[in-house]
Amino acid sequence: MEFFDLLEQVLNGLLIGAYYLLIALGLSLIFSLGGIVNLAHGAFYAIGAYLTVALAPSLGFGGAFIAVPVLVALLGLVIERFLLRRFYRADPVLSLLLTFGLAMVAEQTLRMVFGAAPIPFSIPAALRGQVEVGDFIYSRYRLMILGVAALCVLGLWLLLRKTHFGRVVRAGVQNPDMVGALGISLRPYMSAVVMIAVGLAALAGVMLAPVLGVHPAMGAEVLTFAFVVVVIGGLGSFWGVVVAAIIVGVVRGIAAYAFPPATEASIYLLMLLVLLLRPRGLFGERIAKFE
Amino acid sequence: MTELPRVTRRGALLGAAALLGAPAISRAQSDTLRFGHLTPRTGFLGPLGEFAVQAATLAMDEVNAGGGINGRKLEISFEDSVNPQTANSKAERYIQRDGIRYILGEINSASALAIGQVVQREGAMFINTGANSDALRSTDCRRNMFHIEGQNSMYVKAVGRALMEKGLIRDKKAYALTADYAFGHDLLKVAKRFLGENGGTIANEDLIPTDLTDFSPFLLKLRRARPDVVVANLAGAQITNFLKQYSEFGLAMPVAGFGFDTALAWGAGSGNFLGTWPTMWHHRLENAAAKKFTADFRGRFGRPPENQAWGDYNAVKILAQSMNELKSNDVAKVVEHLQKGARFNVLKDRESYFRARDNQIMTEMYAISALPPAEQKDRFDIFTSSPPIPGPGESLEAIASTPDEASCTFPS
Repeated sequence: MEFFDLLEQVLNGLLIGAYYLLIALGLSLIFSLGGIVNLAHGAFYAIGAYLTVALAPSLGFGGAFIAVPVLVALLGLVIERFLLRRFYRADPVLSLLLTFGLAMVAEQTLRMVFGAAPIPFSIPAALRGQVEVGDFIYSRYRLMILGVAALCVLGLWLLLRKTHFGRVVRAGVQNPDMVGALGISLRPYMSAVVMIAVGLAALAGVMLAPVLGVHPAMGAEVLTFAFVVVVIGGLGSFWGVVVAAIIVGVVRGIAAYAFPPATEASIYLLMLLVLLLRPRGLFGERIAKFE
Repeated sequence: MTELPRVTRRGALLGAAALLGAPAISRAQSDTLRFGHLTPRTGFLGPLGEFAVQAATLAMDEVNAGGGINGRKLEISFEDSVNPQTANSKAERYIQRDGIRYILGEINSASALAIGQVVQREGAMFINTGANSDALRSTDCRRNMFHIEGQNSMYVKAVGRALMEKGLIRDKKAYALTADYAFGHDLLKVAKRFLGENGGTIANEDLIPTDLTDFSPFLLKLRRARPDVVVANLAGAQITNFLKQYSEFGLAMPVAGFGFDTALAWGAGSGNFLGTWPTMWHHRLENAAAKKFTADFRGRFGRPPENQAWGDYNAVKILAQSMNELKSNDVAKVVEHLQKGARFNVLKDRESYFRARDNQIMTEMYAISALPPAEQKDRFDIFTSSPPIPGPGESLEAIASTPDEASCTFPS
């Protein structure tokens, strides 16, 4: 029975990993290509959740599911064009300050517009309910989140591996000067990468609005976990982030089972361990421009 | 070239002097009296702090419309208390720099303790409007710290009565989920004592980190453990997350909580609020004063007030009323006045007073139960209420801690 309980927590951990994944992938992309630690990434997730609550009454949840990531991606485009772009070659401390400031402005704006109290929002009736798999029971809605996250991972991987766009982005991560010497400007690629990254964060916001409290600090809540995932997975590694998200989810589930007060602390311990043994992260690549 | 920096530096100095001088200038104006308000406005308790600030603002405007305090206009300075360290330094700044003698607010028990220590040392006064821990009323009590928020014992005994009537305590096994900080630990202790005395047991207990947002591991554990009742001793944004996900997982075990804030249930969304919970006050009370407060608050802020708003509104009103009755703004006199059992209308059927033994307000409480989703008329009217607890013929002290449970000796 004990083993069975533990197994259930491990499987649930896989599901939880999916939440972190959508946000961590975007963080990793922006950092790899632009060298910017985007502390405002959680804010795009929060904006996604608030827009969902605001638009769902008119568009329906399905409509918001499509529209919100697109709207937030456009917001990302504006921010990339007028703010982030100035900092790609600058001291990383400056972009850190910029994105930290953006995160605070976003959180306070949400508080001023929508209030500090959580805004009610529920799972659409059609997606409610449980799915029984043998002796395990899962929330149908969470399985849907897992499915969407898996599709996003697959789509992003194909984009980065199998298309011209992906080849340029990967080359830009390793050696931007050489890409420039070949006559390719990375600027439009960087805009596109930021749009994809914040669009994914907004998608996470859409999908989690029904199960988590929608309140101004929700972006800050999720950001730390996403960073831990990126650090554990290793910079520049696509699958590193995916594997780390799963490991973080599973470790968290085991901690909740074995010693609940350490549920959240467990993943920081894991990060510490990984950093001690593999400072580059589990699958971290050597990126010349950051050395 | 050497001139330029010196000029700007002098300019900066002048600017700094002007900034630092500003509080002294406002202090010099003897036609205003200032209170300091400190409460968490960000973080997991931030959603409640907003209600506190709005309610204190409403009360301030009403006090001023009625002629102020002893002829002086009341002004309240609002700050985010953030955490116990910041609460401590901001309380010191209010008193030492701004000359403020009265501080009110707080939700976090550890921050309230820090402020209590500062006001006691400085001869100022603090009304705690939202921190529940029994320790603040016993081992950590202070003569100049009063509590308009109920203590954990009151919350447990108030909702405990309702749960006894529903048959959810005697011979029942409870699974307790408890917020892992001062408030939660204190509440769990009080809850265990109550259940033990009334034939119930806590069969499983998990401490939940305050930054936890995903409850799924614990919902799986709940489903396996099959308790008779789930006891949620959670706080702040945790309550919203718990309610949403409990409903998502389709669990059917009865839910009860020993600590609660209505705003967090409102934030969970239709169909997600369930269970039986204690509260100091709610907006559906029928007495005239409560209805007026609800209407005024709603008219100004677009939503009804809840228990946190009730606390801060009444704290301002109690201080103003006491000072006007005493015709004095002296802290020692106000403290003495409250300790002598002055009575106040706090928007309930019976008048309330502060108990001299531990400065805890003695007042009626209510147990609220979630309405079935079909009967919820709008996003605010989502519960029904018990009659006042204790009942009309009973002493208001019936639900408060006994000297055996929590005794206070004010440090001199």
